[in-house]
Amino acid sequence: MATGRRRGGGHRRPGSKGFESWAWLFMRISGVVLLFLAVFHLLWMHFVIGVDNIDFDTVVGRWSNPLWRIYDFALLGFALVHGVNGLRMVLEDYVRKPGRLLAMKSVAYVLAFLLLSAGAYIIFTFSVPA
Amino acid sequence: MSDGTTKERPTFTAPRAWISYRGGLGMLMWALHRLAGLGILLFLSLHIVDIFLLGFGKSVFNELLGFYRAPWARVMEVFLLFGVLFHAINGLRIIVQDFSPRTWLAERKLVILELVVLFVIFLPAAWAILQPLFGG
Repeated sequence: MATGRRRGGGHRRPGSKGFESWAWLFMRISGVVLLFLAVFHLLWMHFVIGVDNIDFDTVVGRWSNPLWRIYDFALLGFALVHGVNGLRMVLEDYVRKPGRLLAMKSVAYVLAFLLLSAGAYIIFTFSVPA
Repeated sequence: MSDGTTKERPTFTAPRAWISYRGGLGMLMWALHRLAGLGILLFLSLHIVDIFLLGFGKSVFNELLGFYRAPWARVMEVFLLFGVLFHAINGLRIIVQDFSPRTWLAERKLVILELVVLFVIFLPAAWAILQPLFGG
């Protein structure tokens, strides 16, 4: 699709409707979502509560409200998928041997799947002690 | 340095070339964006593991949290803060520039604006984190 020259430049959305195109769009959408979810989470935990004051009971208090569990799951999912896609792009840029690239991407995807599963598991099965 | 074959191999790049391929502020921002992203991904992985330990009960979890209370953890916290703020603000600039290509013409101005905003937030926050290390 010829759209002519863009004034200025920019990262043009690659192709149209292919995987890279959707990945490009996802990075920007999830980036904006994380701008709110991750930055608020970090500022709240580090400056309102403070790392030294966080313990088991802090998490029990937060997760007694299911909305915080949903918040944390959204943060986990967006951050991890955004991060792993970023890692994929970096690997594709620097790992030149196809076999090694495939191996490293496979390891990254398996690790990401395990981390996502572990995170989702604890967020949704953790029961507040009576 | 041709060995006579047609097989292309990436040529050795001197450290100077790593920072001057396209050069300037734009490439430095690009490199820092990737570095910060990878750093955040590493911390996210650690953070998922530590939260997973909630499942092992109160005493185990509280004991392992001592890991984050060491003085060096505060230093790492400052790096994390810088990485997240930088990646967030720089990412926002990239998104603005991608959806409004004309703004690339003002890239240098936007980068300077971005860095001003970054340090206005980062410096007081970093001071707040590190203060206890200096007996504050």
